[in-house]
Amino acid sequence: MLEVANIIEAKIEQYGRERQALIPILQGIIADKNFIAKDDMVLIAKELDISAADVYGTASFFSFIEDERKGKYVIRVCKSITCDMKNRRGILASLEKELRIKLGETTHDNLFTLHDVNCIGLCDQGPAMLINDEPYTHLTVEKIPIILREKRNQKN
Amino acid sequence: MSNTKLKKVDIIFSPYSVAPYEILRWMMEKDKQDIIDNLIESGLRGRGGAGFPTGLKWKFMASEQGDEKYIICNADEGEPGTFKDRKLLVEVPRKVISGMAIAAFATNSTKGYIYLRAEYNSLIPSLKRELDVYHEYAAKFGLDFTIEIFSGAGAYVCGEETALIESMEGKRGEPRNKPPYPIQNGYKGKPTLVNNVETLASVSMVCRYGAEKYKSYGTDDQRGSKLFSLSGDSLKEGVHELELGMKISDFVEEFGDGDTKAVQIGGVAGFCIPRKKFHETVIGEGNTTGGATMIFNSSRSMYNVLHNYLDFFAEESCGQCTPCRVGTQQLLKGIEAVKSGDKPIAYLDDLVKLSRTMKITSKCGLGQSVTNSFSSIVENFKEEMHH
Amino acid sequence: MSKIKLTIDSQLIEVEQGVTILDAAKMINVNIPTLCHHEDLCVSGNCRVCVVEVAGRERLEASCATPAEEGMDILTNSAKIRNARKDVVSLLVSEHNTQCTTCYRNTNCELQDLAAEYNVDGDKYMSVLKPNIEIDKSSWSIEKDDSKCIRCQRCVRTCAELQHVNALTASHKGHEMKISTFMDLPFNEVVCTNCGQCVNHCPTGALTERRYFDNVWEAIGDPDKHVVMNTAPSVRVALGEMLGFEVGTRVTGKMVTAMRKMGADSILDTDFSADLTIIEEGNELLTRLKKALVDGDTSVKLPMITSCSPGWVKFIEHMFPEHLGHLSTCKSPQQMFGALTKTYYAEQKGLDPKDIVSVAIMPCAAKKYEANRPEMNDSGYRDIDAGLTTREFGLMIKQAGLDFKNLEDSDFDSIMGESSGAGVIFGATGGVMEAALRTAYAVVTGRDVPFENLNITAVRGTEGIRNASIKIEDCLPEWNFLEGVDLNVAVAHGLKNARIIMDEVAAGKSNYHFIEVMGCPGGCIGGGGQPIPTNAEIRAKRIEAIYEEDMSKPIRKSHENPEIVKIYKEFLGEPLGEKSHHLLHTHYRKRNRY
Repeated sequence: MLEVANIIEAKIEQYGRERQALIPILQGIIADKNFIAKDDMVLIAKELDISAADVYGTASFFSFIEDERKGKYVIRVCKSITCDMKNRRGILASLEKELRIKLGETTHDNLFTLHDVNCIGLCDQGPAMLINDEPYTHLTVEKIPIILREKRNQKN
Repeated sequence: MSNTKLKKVDIIFSPYSVAPYEILRWMMEKDKQDIIDNLIESGLRGRGGAGFPTGLKWKFMASEQGDEKYIICNADEGEPGTFKDRKLLVEVPRKVISGMAIAAFATNSTKGYIYLRAEYNSLIPSLKRELDVYHEYAAKFGLDFTIEIFSGAGAYVCGEETALIESMEGKRGEPRNKPPYPIQNGYKGKPTLVNNVETLASVSMVCRYGAEKYKSYGTDDQRGSKLFSLSGDSLKEGVHELELGMKISDFVEEFGDGDTKAVQIGGVAGFCIPRKKFHETVIGEGNTTGGATMIFNSSRSMYNVLHNYLDFFAEESCGQCTPCRVGTQQLLKGIEAVKSGDKPIAYLDDLVKLSRTMKITSKCGLGQSVTNSFSSIVENFKEEMHH
Repeated sequence: MSKIKLTIDSQLIEVEQGVTILDAAKMINVNIPTLCHHEDLCVSGNCRVCVVEVAGRERLEASCATPAEEGMDILTNSAKIRNARKDVVSLLVSEHNTQCTTCYRNTNCELQDLAAEYNVDGDKYMSVLKPNIEIDKSSWSIEKDDSKCIRCQRCVRTCAELQHVNALTASHKGHEMKISTFMDLPFNEVVCTNCGQCVNHCPTGALTERRYFDNVWEAIGDPDKHVVMNTAPSVRVALGEMLGFEVGTRVTGKMVTAMRKMGADSILDTDFSADLTIIEEGNELLTRLKKALVDGDTSVKLPMITSCSPGWVKFIEHMFPEHLGHLSTCKSPQQMFGALTKTYYAEQKGLDPKDIVSVAIMPCAAKKYEANRPEMNDSGYRDIDAGLTTREFGLMIKQAGLDFKNLEDSDFDSIMGESSGAGVIFGATGGVMEAALRTAYAVVTGRDVPFENLNITAVRGTEGIRNASIKIEDCLPEWNFLEGVDLNVAVAHGLKNARIIMDEVAAGKSNYHFIEVMGCPGGCIGGGGQPIPTNAEIRAKRIEAIYEEDMSKPIRKSHENPEIVKIYKEFLGEPLGEKSHHLLHTHYRKRNRY
């Protein structure tokens, strides 16, 4: 894990100490920590000399910028219409069962967080989901435990 | 009404047939004005959905003065049912990047960004590799135009060009009032040309094969070929390149599963065409040209379809303007109430009127387009809307 | 600027290029309803109430956000427009808490007015108001009730554009979109100056001042309590707006009578302590100048900056915590008044200070916070027990059933009821500076300031930042060190301008000796606690009234106020003396900027 201050500094170097660096900074922190803590937002505000409320206003606008602690793997199951037609509800139920959490929750070991998400542009390969940035397509209920096992093993 | 039979085309995904960035090099030997004129001549229109003539947009951009001028490739493909840009960026990114570079050359622009939606983050490594190739050639050609990837953060509305720019500036993705347009006052207040991924790839094709050849595809009203993202009840899901101007009936014949009840064209912001209108509807005429096409067969509940759309709109509205923010919630709640019997069927008429108010009063295309799918589903499938 | 011609409701008009349709319509007295629009703020175009029809366009255009164009043919009232506006207002009502009868802004609400005007059918759309919204009552000054919010973002723009504080933001999107503080923390935990400009610019009851008038009625009704009311200079030129008078009417005499009839035991004037502030602050300035110019004391901070405006004081504590030494140590007139009420006044009147309830009626939301600062108890008691806004006070007058328009005029009580014109002009931007100069110049030279009728017009006006330079000549012997000095002064109002001035100070580039800063645009007459609406035109009229009040006063200089002379003689001893130091001066604290 990197120090948040270092992430911010690196992004500022790339994008300038101006507000247009904000989203890259937020993404940089997300990439490392999966969420933006309150204190980190204050730190960002300080570095860019904008108000903390402004950081929060922008951060909260975007679905991929979380302000609550998330698991190492954030699963986002597509809920758009064609995935819906291809049993995304079944996929979701299977994930809930395997992970023993409900939609929106994080597993006790902080490994997985389960979300749904609007169209991820894989409509021809649905049902589909993202685990962090990686797409998983043509999902079936049978595939879910296998994918999760893979991810759990990656941990070790 | 002009129309053509369904004709498949294979230009845009064709393998690279010339040396890397050779098309760019050709263009750099030409007169800038000629490039733009050629583009106007080709009849190419924006492929993101709004359909503004691309050459004209470039002409305006070229006439803007300034030390900093930006070209942004809009790869924030968020329309449910759309995935053609993804395929372009995976398979032929060079054509897209060439389009950007040609735009920069023709309009004297200084810096480029590919605004890539967060959902496509997995494409970044391969895109970066291609950008490395591009920068190498640009340096060789003496084109001072670098391109960076700007990663979006998850907001459908950022496909709207001014919302996209706001988010690049670190602000909430709330669309701006227009005028002024980005061409005059865009990213960081500078002239900014925003073109869709497919538009830019098409530019490469126009430059590769000439306006005459490009123009020979499609009809008088709609020039060229177009990518269709096809999903739903079809055995041929995927991206298809077709000549513009075909009837839905031809489309369904080719792509349907034999039991097609309705076709959604132009994504959820577009129209839902029922079976009885397949013969009279030409794709791209009086509807949208984004190319997202979803096929529903008779096993599908159109109430569920509409509910899914409205859920999406209510979440993805930026929330700043009243008709869109509250209207989307009302439509959603309204159809639920009619379904449950809490409101009479006649309430659907009130809701259709409301959706029309949203069309004429909303600030941006998001709120303005909700009525397209709403009224076309409610009016054509009324019997499915109540309990 | 070139001119363009267009037609509005069949009327041909010519306007400057760049003018919005809304403003063009105003020029020919065509009123278009608005909600998110406010003259003080940038264009937003988000409520969509002001839509109009432009011939040839299917979509309606938001007139506030659309520039008029050559040849446009515009309708502002058609069936299409009325239906659309009615729908838009209905939608706003559907996400609104419609318990109007229990709302503080009932009968002074822009949404309510529009809903009535368009005869909105409350049953047409189902309520989409979020359940279980909790009102944030954490701040001493401001309450936030999201159930009343129409998301017009006027507050957000106010806090950003006028005040450069940015305590408020829109957060989330879609149906979750709302107005938030940082992380939706309670107001008292975020960087907020309590200036109340957001309250003054809110069209509904979503943002209101925290109200204390019930406590005041309670005290008035308690026979064991001695209620002392004092009113700030700017209240008397704005209060009338709530009670049937034209904007800019001075209602000082009626205001005093009203308080007496309401049952207050003593009606005194904050203008008195404004005069006192001038004496203390003027001497502080001269002392600082002497230390810097004669003693060569480099620890003395110049420019010295006024400290009367509690919104400004909290702003500098947050934004420039390293530069608090520039602030005058003088308490604000309100707090000087409070401290003296429970000491000097109690002594003179033979009262036990514990029985005194001091009520300050202020144009201000931040004064409530100031009154509740823990250090403000130098009298041994809470110096001020309740701070009310002009609006709360206006409401109390209505509650008391008084026929305000027909009340007789009467005078403030004594002691601490006498004031000079200099005390009065504290209410307008530049007023403290002018008052200070009137006294300081006289003290140093023995002569009046070299301006006709003592009106120092150079520091008046509404320009965001103004400056002036006054050459000091022919000093009295003890002030010889100031001979020939150009006294450089500046005036800033609105925290946006305060920040500009402070950036200069922080960079060490400020060549001023003395700066007046007021937190609100226009100074106190434009305060967060003043009647709603407040805008540039209204502020200008209130300012005009303040200067009329000044001219009507027989005494125009603070040091000539006989009650001021008396209090130094009988109680305080000398300016900056030990008693002054204890009761009238304060200290500041560093706060976080982000």
